[in-house]
Amino acid sequence: MTATASPPSETRTSRVALIGNPNTGKTTLFNALTGLNHRTGNYPGVTVEKKTGMLDERIEIIDLPGTYSLAAHSPDEMVSVDLLLGNLDKEPRPDLAVVIVDASNLARNLYLVTQVMELGLPVIVVLNMADAAQNAGVTISEEGLSSALGVPVVSTIANRGEGLSKLKDNIKVYLKAEAPNPPWHWPDEISKELDTLTSQYRDVDFLLTRALIDEASAAETAIKSTFGGEAVKALAEARSRIKAQGRPPAALEAKMRYAWIDEALRNHTQKIATGPSASDRADAILTHRFFGTFLFAGLMILVFMTIFEWAGPIMDLVDTTFAYAQEIVGRWFAGSALEGGMLHSLLVDGIIGGVGSVLIFLPQILFLFMFIAILEDCGYMARAAFLMDRLLRFCGLSGHSFIPMMSSFACAIPGVMAARTIANPRDRITTILVAPLMSCSARIPVYVIMTAAFVPAIRIGGFLSLQGLVFAGMYFVGILVAIPVAFLFKRTLLKGPTPPFVLELPAYKRPDIKTVLIRVLEAGKAFVIRAGTIIFMISVIIWGLNYFPHADEISQRFETQRTEAKTSLKASVLEERLAEIDNLEAGAHQRNSYFATMGHFVEPAFRPLGWDWKISMATLAAFPAREVIVSTLGIIYNLGGDLDVNEEKDRTLLIQQLKASTWPDGRKVFSLPVALSIMVFFALCCQCGATIATIRRETNSWKWAGFSFAYMTILAYVGALLTYQIGSLIG
Amino acid sequence: MGVKYLSDYTPGEGGTIARIVGEGTLQQRLMEMGVLEGTSLEVVRVAPLGDPMEIEIRGYKLSLRKSEASCVEMEA
Repeated sequence: MTATASPPSETRTSRVALIGNPNTGKTTLFNALTGLNHRTGNYPGVTVEKKTGMLDERIEIIDLPGTYSLAAHSPDEMVSVDLLLGNLDKEPRPDLAVVIVDASNLARNLYLVTQVMELGLPVIVVLNMADAAQNAGVTISEEGLSSALGVPVVSTIANRGEGLSKLKDNIKVYLKAEAPNPPWHWPDEISKELDTLTSQYRDVDFLLTRALIDEASAAETAIKSTFGGEAVKALAEARSRIKAQGRPPAALEAKMRYAWIDEALRNHTQKIATGPSASDRADAILTHRFFGTFLFAGLMILVFMTIFEWAGPIMDLVDTTFAYAQEIVGRWFAGSALEGGMLHSLLVDGIIGGVGSVLIFLPQILFLFMFIAILEDCGYMARAAFLMDRLLRFCGLSGHSFIPMMSSFACAIPGVMAARTIANPRDRITTILVAPLMSCSARIPVYVIMTAAFVPAIRIGGFLSLQGLVFAGMYFVGILVAIPVAFLFKRTLLKGPTPPFVLELPAYKRPDIKTVLIRVLEAGKAFVIRAGTIIFMISVIIWGLNYFPHADEISQRFETQRTEAKTSLKASVLEERLAEIDNLEAGAHQRNSYFATMGHFVEPAFRPLGWDWKISMATLAAFPAREVIVSTLGIIYNLGGDLDVNEEKDRTLLIQQLKASTWPDGRKVFSLPVALSIMVFFALCCQCGATIATIRRETNSWKWAGFSFAYMTILAYVGALLTYQIGSLIG
Repeated sequence: MGVKYLSDYTPGEGGTIARIVGEGTLQQRLMEMGVLEGTSLEVVRVAPLGDPMEIEIRGYKLSLRKSEASCVEMEA
């Protein structure tokens, strides 16, 4: 149904839809028009994010996803069309459509303009990037184009703020304008069928046209739900009649639009021949047959190194801050009756400790977002997809999946969010499901401990460190498993026709710092709020399972030891002994906790992996955040929970304990196969509540988040099982 | 001399599109992007691994896989 909106009145907020091709500077324009108050949300049932902002108190701007056409082939693509037609529940129809166009790329951009002009809404065309057009030797007559189209045309250079006030004035005026009368006409083959169809099925002109042209599309589904199967049959018959006359309707549409566009451009634009642009010259190297890939690999390595370099000190800062917070809160309790009690522990260990252990990854996440945003804004992202496409086709995916998967080597959260650029929903979900298999930096502590403890420190051929090889090998485990898994998903669960890889390679441009920063801030905010709430809940639960039952007898036993120590020891010796008692007590309580009970309970299931209940328990504890395993193992082995894997002293202590650990019958628990099986489990398991929360948000459903968790756990279990069993047979 | 398709073209070669073969979503997408009969184009380069290819058409650069380019029939 095409709803007609009531004219903007003094009391109602006017709504403006902003739409355009990708790479037209739409985000920059949106940010410039709305300042920093955006609201994001979700359209129900799809993964498209809803983004709105206010131009002033009266006018709301809705930022629609970048698209090349209104021919929607998936529910995600259909959201924009539905919104523009006023068919979305709770979304009143916009009063005006502003189509942003890349002035240096007019022909293809005008295609969408011609479609938007058929919606029955007033339209303004924004000729953005007027400077790039000039550099490309293109002169455009705004008035000429405007009179040809029949709608206002405003030039802007959004990232310099030029043309914006003129645009705002135009918006205010044209909110009350009439819908334009398109100067192009459907060819007879189509108009004949449309006349019959629209007289039969009333008030759905736009959708009906789209359903006729876009075979088996979202528009057809919409028509079917309103008018039933007979309408679909009528459409199919109309389509065959058109095809019988020579060409399919889609070809006729493209021909009609481009014929008009080409004529309009001939009349109202001029292009002077220029040599290869700066962008072309850059591409000659960056996508060169040989150098291109090397430069690309070099760039990726540089990005990663920089992230770790910069994030390192900041992470230390976060660590110190949280440790300080723990100390301060601890002091609140000092001397009081509650000292060392449940509330003390909940605040210090549970909440501050738990939340801190995840927030410490925020610097890395923010830097990664920043690099991804810069790569995308400057245009290099498309080149990355271009270079890597052939490789990714092994898994049934496309080059678009490269950056999301690559990013996941630092942290899966930005990786999963970067998957938004993948248009095809099946490819996107597959990428999201497989990205956490890339070994992220949180897995490093586990790899370090296990490798240092149980892989012989020998050098192969005199120089290749075996420990280093095993460490690197763990990264490959993720990659090697991801390939068949992605392949399998695309063949089974997420089966569907191969999506087209047709990809625009936009001209390189200097990334807009403001746009990048805004994107980073929004992403960071989203992470902290969404993941943060889940992490908070999980931290409290884990704390609870670790703390309770907190048997009094145990506390008493150690209190007695403390009193003894205070009578017989002094000064630093006393302090050391007290610290030791603290660790012993923590260990005893831990071994008596509900978590430990769970560990004992699941031990039989993990024995085939070579694990005892302590390992099982530490692994279970690591489910919300995998790096927790180190501190958990520390506590279990009476070393306290503050171990730092990067400190040689701490590492040695823990390794000693692990090596000494035995089963009840005296056999050693840890061996190379056991260590390997632990590493493989961690490599393949999704032990990160924040990632699951992000997957839930990006897929807009718990189904995929849950499935992610389930399949990776099974994969990890089987992988660890095979590793241990085969490892024991060999070794 | 058989029919030539865009997928047969090498960097530096150009021509005019004779027609788009097939009637699916891919073909529609290509035509929406300006790849339709009567349009002239030039092949700029091919990716390091031999696929996809990059063409210049209607004033912009477009990348498409060889399998996709094989539905673009070129004028002799």
